[in-house]
Amino acid sequence: MNSGRRLRAILLGAMLGTAASIVGAHAAEPPLKIGLLEDVSGDLAFMGMPKLHGSQLAVEEINKSGGILGRQIELIHLDPQGDNARYQEFGRRLLNRDKVDLLIGGITSASREALRPIVDRTTTPYFYTNQYEGGVCDASMISMGAVPEQQFSTLIPWMVEKFGKKVYVIAADYNFGQISAEWNRKIMKDLGGQVVGEEFIPLGVSQFAQTIQNIQKAKPDWLLTINVGAAQDSFFEQAAAANLNLPMGSSIKVMLGFEHKRFKPPALNNMHATANWFEEIDTPEATEFKKRWRAKFPDELYINDMGYNAYNALYMYKTLVEKAKSTKLEDMRKVIATGDACIDAPEGKVCIDPKSQHTSHRMRLISVGPKHEVKVEKDYGTIQPYWLGEIGCDLTKKNDKDQYTPSHLPKKS
Amino acid sequence: MSAEVFSVFYQFADVFAFLILSAAGLAIVFGMMGVINMAHGEFIMCGAYVTVGLVNLGVPLAIAQILAAVTAGLIGVLVEFLVVRRFYKRPLDSLLATWGLSLIVTQSMLLIVGSAVRGIGTPEGSFAIGGYTFSTYRLVLFACAVAVLAGLYVIFMKTRFGVIARATMQNAAMAKALGARTGRIYAISFGIGTGLAGLCGALYAPTMTLIPTMGATFVVESFVTVVIGGANVLLGTAPAAVFLAMIRMALNASYGQIIGQIGMLVAVILIIRVLPEGLSSVLVRRGR
Repeated sequence: MNSGRRLRAILLGAMLGTAASIVGAHAAEPPLKIGLLEDVSGDLAFMGMPKLHGSQLAVEEINKSGGILGRQIELIHLDPQGDNARYQEFGRRLLNRDKVDLLIGGITSASREALRPIVDRTTTPYFYTNQYEGGVCDASMISMGAVPEQQFSTLIPWMVEKFGKKVYVIAADYNFGQISAEWNRKIMKDLGGQVVGEEFIPLGVSQFAQTIQNIQKAKPDWLLTINVGAAQDSFFEQAAAANLNLPMGSSIKVMLGFEHKRFKPPALNNMHATANWFEEIDTPEATEFKKRWRAKFPDELYINDMGYNAYNALYMYKTLVEKAKSTKLEDMRKVIATGDACIDAPEGKVCIDPKSQHTSHRMRLISVGPKHEVKVEKDYGTIQPYWLGEIGCDLTKKNDKDQYTPSHLPKKS
Repeated sequence: MSAEVFSVFYQFADVFAFLILSAAGLAIVFGMMGVINMAHGEFIMCGAYVTVGLVNLGVPLAIAQILAAVTAGLIGVLVEFLVVRRFYKRPLDSLLATWGLSLIVTQSMLLIVGSAVRGIGTPEGSFAIGGYTFSTYRLVLFACAVAVLAGLYVIFMKTRFGVIARATMQNAAMAKALGARTGRIYAISFGIGTGLAGLCGALYAPTMTLIPTMGATFVVESFVTVVIGGANVLLGTAPAAVFLAMIRMALNASYGQIIGQIGMLVAVILIIRVLPEGLSSVLVRRGR
């Protein structure tokens, strides 16, 4: 028994010694843990896959060039499969058990809203990498995608001028579709336009004969299509088969869901969108970026704007941490407050707006032709995410956790 | 006015075709055989993917669709032999087994084929009546749905196989004692059911986004139609589809897709409450 105890003591000592030597060698620089929640299976997998790839590409590049503050990045990816309950479960696991330094992810606005309260209870920063319906004023969240003042405020006036004042809206029936439709109503009202129909469609609906007929009955000049997911995208094929033939505008089609690659021409003919990124962009920086991406992921269907934003998010994080010389959210926010949180992205220089923690973007209006060729119609230059700041969101002065819309504005204090 | 009348018919035909084509295969597998086939949607997906694959290889669409249905049918016979055969007396276990199968197939497709496949475009063009334009292919789908119902009637009511199949489903032991090869009857029936599922996928493939989970959009409608229809495929599924299509069409047209979907499910709950054995139980009793 005595010898057994001694043996155990020796073993334990040896183990501790080994452990100490491992820790000793790396104690200066444990890896930064980044939790990633992206759907790579389920209804939105085709959009989520490029997001995972964009993150992986950025992590590989950053690690190769020496990491962040000399620390390597360890990416922990979980696949919530498009299920909001799973987003919460996995989010909690990453934050509480794995103690990640940063959380990134979420595709739909529903998944982001599912995650936000969980992140808000911690001091971990959260990056949301999608374009969305805007309005989230949350000190824990940094938004990398475009928002309505960058997308709808450019697209809708252009569509009205070019095609006419009557619009019909088909939208997915959840927060993204509902709030986007509200933005459309507000902008159309300001322009003296008319919303001749609004149809909200439950996720998963794939048959649109009645919708197509309702549209024909309402006789709009153009359609605003903010339908979401693979099932609802069947609308385009069915509208083309019924020869609906209306100009269409959207904040998510082409650059995000690459419907022009998924459907046979001319189903997406006459679609318009404002985007900070699309794969057909051909500046030297963008071409170089696409080359690196395709070298790592040659089979990518399309390098969509979410994947591109996901890539930028890691570089933005690197910049914030290096400027703050800290991985703490409060130190990073001090950098953001200076207005000097910028990176040279493939689209050009983008910066985080101090008041809203959203990102400025160079916006272009693109259109799809009958052979599904993508053309740049107009370049708006860099547009600031100004709306939240204008209505009174100021994260440099006051912490907030709310989402605002044109009908739900912050209380004046 | 005639345009309005036609459009009502068109919307009805559209929903009716979707319900019948989604449900026909399940009506045999679940309605008649009592196998709760959770992989029904995956057989539909299989039909769609085979169709698109063959069309991309240069096979004409109609032939590709028939081959896709046959492929799904053959895979069905194989699945019956390997898996389903063991669960005829344990319907709840068949639920688990086929659900597992469905998960495996969906994830395998995702890994092998990728998250999305480019569509092939809808054939047949469009036509205009009054101020409306319609897709001709949707009427083809309606015609196919009617043809499927007629085909099932012929197979199960007018052939020797049909008589033996119905006898087997009603009392397998008795049928076997009288010399019917019940094992083979079950296998063929299951094959016909999955073949019809494949046909549904093949017919809808040109009109939809192809993703590995696409079968899910058909499954609710198909189960609802079969449950409302009851055990008798011919007297149950068709009237159930007519009834649900009318409710859904009317609600879709007046209140939009959300109310249409909710309304249909509420109708289903009410019917199951009043007629637990489905519409066919009433119709069969009337017939006697």
